[in-house]
Amino acid sequence: MAYSEKLIDHYENPRNIGSLDKNSEDVGTGLVGAPACGDVMKLQIKVGPDGLIEDAKFKTFGCGSAIASSSLVTEWVKGKTIDEAETIKNTDIAKHLALPPVKIHCSVLAEDAIKAAIADYRAKLSVKKDESKEAAE
Amino acid sequence: MNAFNQIRRNDQPIYLDYQATTPMDPRVLEAMMPYFTYKFGNAHSRSHSYGWEAEEGVEKARAQIAKLIGADEKEVIYTSGATESNNLAIKGVADFYKDRRNHIVTTVTEHKCVLDTCRHLEQEGFTVTYLPVQKNGLIDLDVLREAVTDKTVVVSIMAVNNEIGVIQPLAEIGKICRAKGAFFHTDAAQAVGKIPLDVEAMNIDLMSISGHKIYGPKGIGALYVRRKPRVRLAAMIHGGGQERGFRSGTLPTPLCVGIGEACEIAMKEMDAEAKRLTKLRDRMLKGLNAKLTEIYVNGDLEHRIPGNLNISFAHVEGESLMMGIKGLSVSSGSACTSASLEPSYVLRALGVEVEMAHTSLRIGLGRFTTEQEVDTAVAELVHHVTKLREMSPLWEMSQEGIDIKSIEWAAH
Repeated sequence: MAYSEKLIDHYENPRNIGSLDKNSEDVGTGLVGAPACGDVMKLQIKVGPDGLIEDAKFKTFGCGSAIASSSLVTEWVKGKTIDEAETIKNTDIAKHLALPPVKIHCSVLAEDAIKAAIADYRAKLSVKKDESKEAAE
Repeated sequence: MNAFNQIRRNDQPIYLDYQATTPMDPRVLEAMMPYFTYKFGNAHSRSHSYGWEAEEGVEKARAQIAKLIGADEKEVIYTSGATESNNLAIKGVADFYKDRRNHIVTTVTEHKCVLDTCRHLEQEGFTVTYLPVQKNGLIDLDVLREAVTDKTVVVSIMAVNNEIGVIQPLAEIGKICRAKGAFFHTDAAQAVGKIPLDVEAMNIDLMSISGHKIYGPKGIGALYVRRKPRVRLAAMIHGGGQERGFRSGTLPTPLCVGIGEACEIAMKEMDAEAKRLTKLRDRMLKGLNAKLTEIYVNGDLEHRIPGNLNISFAHVEGESLMMGIKGLSVSSGSACTSASLEPSYVLRALGVEVEMAHTSLRIGLGRFTTEQEVDTAVAELVHHVTKLREMSPLWEMSQEGIDIKSIEWAAH
């Protein structure tokens, strides 16, 4: 299969591989996909006190398109607020990497991974708020 | 000097996909050349020397094919390849004997051209039994014995599997078929020239042969059709009645000469080549095992042709691995490399988990593979498997001792 230069670059030089402390309060973790389907993505975001995503890391089991899609989104989310990051669409990822039609699901998975990481972060945040409210009362 | 250097350019990747196809042996090409040029006659022309010359080439080649499988030359007919041979054997026999017998036995790991032919015959009203295989890829002879009945017209079981290289117990299968009066057809595309085959000793009634899997040309194959006791076939291609009426059409003389020469070379070199390839395969496996953990060979290692390895590299998806090992040409059982997005049905039939099927590579070694190429391949595989595992969340979990099966994955 012929892939775009951008895709191959992300596959060969993936950005932001690694893991953040999933137990940390300011880290949101998304784990999506399934081994049986041939792709699993773990995407993590670290949100600073100013509400901006200051770091993002990923690990992906999957084809070259899946690796490239997740590498790309870690670049895109950095410096964004979580509300902004949430607006990233799979179609933007697919377009940027020129994914062939049979690989569109990789970009869908990358979008799901961001959403899952944000949801995890928000859940932690609301627990924290509840706790601080209780403490105030 | 490596004969392959005459064909392979230095900028091409190392070819490790010998089950897909093989390069033509330069000696085969040499034998064919006159038939492309001055010996261009139609082998069926009876009235002049051009025809006689071509006929001589075609008949010599027929004898070369027959000799390799212990057959008589009158029992070999030319086809366009193993796919046509398989179609003709199974459909031909089924159609001819349909008034008496309407049952076919085959296995779930056959090549698509056998499975699809059987599906077609099911629609025509035949009953087909698809035998399962054991974990090692081999059929259970007791299961076969029970499946064959007095209504079974043909048992079609491949000699060597194209993905995992395992060798089925042909002689035992032949014995069972003969006892029940069913014909035994074997798709031997991956076996001919690689392991000793004898249609008499193995009670084989029909055998499919491919040219391009044995360092011969593409576009030519053969079908062995037993004469004693006679196996009858309904023809699929009608016309001038060539090839005993089984397969009409002017023979492609250069291709016939090519497959014949390929058989002759294979016969002479089989033993030495098998030893050489076994050594190379062991070297590759040893090299990989020395540097990588959690790699698994799919299919039986003992009952296997020397030139095949099928390995699952746990937690590394096959297509991404192939993207990395750019200097190597191999194939994968991963879904991502197939148009259907389904992982290999052969590996699934062995009971290999879907997630492991996604991580498999088929590595095929052959006549022009060198020790140096094997060493380069090992180094490249080790490098990229290690790199991809470092970015695999499944590898991370497995290193942390998390059971991947305990996680509730959302199917997508």
